[in-house]
Parts: sequence; structure tokens; C-alpha cells
Amino acid sequence: MATATLTGRQRAGWTTANLVVIVLALIPVAWLLSLSFKAPSAVTDPSFWPAQWTGGNYSGILTSAQFLRPLVNSIGIGLISTFVSVVLASMAAYAVARLSFPGKSVLIGLALLIAMFPLIALVTPMFTIERALGLFNTWFGLIIPYVAFGLPLGIYTLSAFFREIPWELEKAAKMDGATPFQAFTLVIAPLAAPGMVTTAILVFLACWNDFLLAISFTSTISSRTAPAAMEYFSGGSVFTTPTGPIAAAAVVITIPIIIFVLFFQRRIVAGLTSGAVKG
Amino acid sequence: MAPITLDHITKRYPDGSLAVNDFNLQIQDGEFVILVGPSGCGKSTTLNMIAGLEDITSGELLIGGAIVNNKTPKDRDIAMVFQSYALYPHMSVRENMGFALKLAKVPKDVINQKVEEAARILDLTQHLDRKPANLSGGQRQRVAMGRAIVRDPAAFLMDEPLSNLDAKLRVQMRTQVSRIQRRLGTTTVYVTHDQVEALTLGDRVAVMRSGLLQQVGTPGELYHKPYNLFVAGFIGSPAMNFLPGSLEGGALRTSLGDFPLTDEVRREVEGANAGRDVIVGIRPEDFEDAALVPAENRARGITFKTAIDVLESIGSDVFVYFSRGRDTGVSSAELDELAADSGSTDTGADAETVTARLDAATKVREGADVELWADGAAIHVFDPNTGRNLSLAAKAGGPVPPVPQQEGPIT
Repeated sequence: MATATLTGRQRAGWTTANLVVIVLALIPVAWLLSLSFKAPSAVTDPSFWPAQWTGGNYSGILTSAQFLRPLVNSIGIGLISTFVSVVLASMAAYAVARLSFPGKSVLIGLALLIAMFPLIALVTPMFTIERALGLFNTWFGLIIPYVAFGLPLGIYTLSAFFREIPWELEKAAKMDGATPFQAFTLVIAPLAAPGMVTTAILVFLACWNDFLLAISFTSTISSRTAPAAMEYFSGGSVFTTPTGPIAAAAVVITIPIIIFVLFFQRRIVAGLTSGAVKG
Repeated sequence: MAPITLDHITKRYPDGSLAVNDFNLQIQDGEFVILVGPSGCGKSTTLNMIAGLEDITSGELLIGGAIVNNKTPKDRDIAMVFQSYALYPHMSVRENMGFALKLAKVPKDVINQKVEEAARILDLTQHLDRKPANLSGGQRQRVAMGRAIVRDPAAFLMDEPLSNLDAKLRVQMRTQVSRIQRRLGTTTVYVTHDQVEALTLGDRVAVMRSGLLQQVGTPGELYHKPYNLFVAGFIGSPAMNFLPGSLEGGALRTSLGDFPLTDEVRREVEGANAGRDVIVGIRPEDFEDAALVPAENRARGITFKTAIDVLESIGSDVFVYFSRGRDTGVSSAELDELAADSGSTDTGADAETVTARLDAATKVREGADVELWADGAAIHVFDPNTGRNLSLAAKAGGPVPPVPQQEGPIT
């Protein structure tokens, strides 16, 4: 891939291809935005620009406990799951990347297995388990499976980051009198911070976007997350579909993701390890 | 500051390979000892065992009189400088140097004072608040040294600390390392594969090969009285020339001519039961342009005529290279290893080429037939089978220690 030596024709070709992909990806988003500003009666209006702009959909959902409470649930469950996943995954990944211990390959294999298992096959048994344990319709009922599915992802991404960190840094920390835990928290973890942020974003996105588990393991707005709550929106009357409020809610739950990614983008890109060894 | 004793130290990996075999060394308080040898000889493993980064399979390691085999690095009170420097990239120079003290819960103002003092010694004061990424190679190297100095440890361990620097900086830092060590008087163990570094820095040098300690001595002892073929070939630059020789009557016949043998050497050679064939070693500086040799010295050696293949003048000296024919090759596992280590097998350098260092006053010309003189008193005679230096007993006035032989598989 010698991008520096593209000919004019190649450049034009790539530009076209990129534009097509971007447009295809953004049209549904634009359509969603447009829908969210249309009045309920104008939802079927085929024109892209709303004939009459209205903020009614937004004010409707943002004053309704049916959306606000699930939004709080989503944020809370997402942050807790992400935090627990990243902390556990970074310790596990450190062990996987640095130590040789019995059962290491089994652990890696299990993690991969969990990540590959089709979620839909697990919903029913997990539902039964959660009912039996009293976790059904609680925050923990969602946090536990989210952590379980976030861990494999975290272990894989983070162990790749840990492998990049020169081992001599740990030896140096050891010689400087650090315990293994101090070496990890004071030397290795700060250097793996970009990896941890990347992992956190990936895990948070997975939790934030989950619909299947959220709709299966919750029954009231006390623990229902925003994507699941949208399913229960009702229209103005029995005969109107709640398309407008759903569109507005979709826009609202997209905003934190955009902020999240924009905020951490620089950290993800920044390589911190330069200067550790001669290079 | 403390003496270090390695008593029958052995390192065997779980797969059975022997990295260090029965290593014995007494390092005095304040001494600067170099471990030197080709790559894979076990010198870094030995250093890591002293540091506590690798377990000792058997034997005892004493630092300051106490057995530390089972102590963690942090309880051994030693500081280490790594080849890659291993500076913490997210910390400033000041934090890097003070990290060990911070972990030891030393008060902040004491840390600052010690860091600044070390920075002054190393000329790093104006860089204290920069990150390692913004420093040059030489500055990073000094920070790594500084990190060791601030701790004021019982001993410094240095693992090829200069090999990432370019040639000129390496020479400058070499003197600086030496100066700092003298100034602080801290016991230092220094690992290198560069024999020039070893000879210039060390109070004593320990030469290792395949996990075995070959010889320990001052640079002068190693240079003038090598116990065996390996040490003779490893120490010295350009390396010692090796020629096949045989004992014929009272003389030593080589392709250069017949060297007269003293009675002691002859007795030793015959007593060693080594047969008539030996390997003769002559250092490049033990040759001279025959025209420049004072008459009273001539009888000590032999003169011979040869054609000069290549002549290199470096001003102070003249190096000449000449060939002694194809069928005269010496073969020995130790010489093969030396050749592989110096890279001469890769460059296709001819083992039959003899190097001589002549006085700058010589009128020798490239391609010309000239008469050279070789000093018979300076030659070494080696047993081709064991590599033992047979002529050493005569010079040292005592028996030569047997050559250590490897017993297990060594990697």
C-alpha cells in the first residue's frame, strides 16, 4: 500500500469510494435527525426536510420518566460495567502478556469462546438463572453479563498493548524496589493508558448499544436501559406509531457516544511508549 | 558499598540447558569487575542472578557478607543500568531518578537534594524536567546512570550500558563511567561483549565462554598471560595470530620459521603429553620491521621474508597483513567460536592472514617483499586439544590452572 504514490486516477477512485461509503453510513443518521424534528402527523411525509420543524418529540421524551430514568440506568450500568471490565481485564491481560502460568492457554481459549458464543442462545438460560438468583430487573442483572462479555474483548485488546511495553521497564521497576503491584500501577498501567481508554470505549459502546439483554432481563423502568425503553414508547393515540419520539431518543443516546469518542480520540492515537528504549 | 561473592553459582534452565556452570568469583568492596565474553556465554545471566532477576539453581551469592539467594531485588540494595536504559517514558528525568527513593518513602526534600546532586555529577541539571523521549541517546544513558547513583546502593550492576551509543560517545561515556565509579567507590559489576571496554574499564576482568569462567585477572594479566587459547584470542585488538607449529628437536617449527625454545617451555610442552603438534600464538605487536630491531634484540626472535598483502597506516602505527599459505590452517573449536563471534566467518576473512603491528617509522610498502622479525620471547604455545597455554608455566613460574571444560549441553 503505497498511498504516497497514488496516481490521479487512483486518487479519484479512492475518493469516490470513500464518499460512497460515508454517504451510505450517514444517510440513515440524517434521516433519523429529520424524523426527530417532524410532527407525528408528518412522519409519513416523504420529503427530507420537515415541512414544519418541531421540538415536540424532544421535549416529550426529555420530560418523560419513561425515557429519563432508563437514560440514567444506561449511563450508570454502562459506566460501572466498563470500569469493572477494564480493571479486571487489565490485570488478566497483564498476566496473559507477561507471565507463564498453568492454564494460560485454557484461559485465553475460554475468553475467546465466550466472545464468540451467540448471545441469543444464552438469553434463556441466563434469564432462568437471574430469576433464581433474584437478579432479574436489577442493575446487577445487566452489569454481570456485560462484564462477562466485556472481559474477553478487554483481555484481547489490552494484552496486545501490554506486549508492546518493553519488559526491561518492569525489571527496572523491580530493581528500583517496586513490588509487582507497584510496578503495574506506577509504571505499566500509565503506559498502557491509551490501550485502557480504547478498551473502555469499546466495552462502553457494547453496553450502551445492547438491546437483547436489556430487553430480556428487565421489566420496569427501574433498571431498563434506554435502547430497551424505546421499545415501550407509545404514540399519541393507539393508532399512531411513536416514530418521532423513537427517532429523538435515538439521537439523544447517540450524543454521549460522539462526545466520548471525540474526547478520548487524542489519547487513543497518542503513543506513550516512545523514549522508553532507544528508538 | 559491599563485597560480592559468587560461590559455585550455577544456573540451569527448566529445559535442562546450563547457562552458567560453577561460577566462582570474589569481588572486593569498591572493585570494578567486568564480565566479558561472546554472546551467549552466560555473562548477562550471571548479572541477572546477582540482581535477583533470575533464580540461582545452586551455589551461594553473598552481598556484603549476607547470603541473598532468596532475597528479592528490592532487598538486595543494588542498582542496575540496562542496555536499553529502561527509562520510564511517562516520568520526567527528575521523577525517573527519584523513583526508587519515592518507593522507599524517602522524604521529598531529601529526594530532591539527592537527585540534584546526581544531576550535577552527570551534567543533567538543565534536563531534569524533560521527558526521556526528548533526550539524546547519551543523555538517556546518563539518566539511567543517575537513577542508579541517587540510590547510593551497595553495588552497581551494568548490563552493556554503552552498547546503544555511537562509537565516539561510547568512548566518552567510558571515561565518564570510570570516573564516576572511582569517585563514588561503589562496587560495580559490568557486563560487556566488547573486550576493549573490558580492558579499559575494569580493575579485574572475568572472561566467560559457554557458561564457564575462563580466567579472572587484571587487564594486563589477561593480555600477557592468557590461560588458554580462548582468552588469548578474545582479548586484544587486533587479535592474536594463531599458527600451527610442531616441536622438532629443540625448536618450534612454524610457517614463519623455527623459534628457539627455552628449556622450561620445552619441558612443559613435553610434560603436557600434547604430542608434537601445537598452536603458536603471536600478538601483532610482537612483530617488527627487521630493519628497526636493535641488534641486541634480534637473537631473541626470528626473521623471515614475506610479501605484504595490505598495509594500513593509522599514523601512530602501521598494520600489515600477510598470508602464510593455505595448508597451514589451525583448527580448534575455540578458534571457530572466536571467528564466529568476531564476524570473520561472515566477512570471509582468511584465518591464514597474519596481522603485524609495526613501528610508524617503517619503510615497508604494500606488495613489497620485506623482512620482518618476530619476538620469540613473546610467543605463546597452546595445546591444540585442550587449548591450554603451555608456555605460561614457564613465564608465570607456576602451574597453569586446567582449562575449564563444559560438561552438559550449553546454549
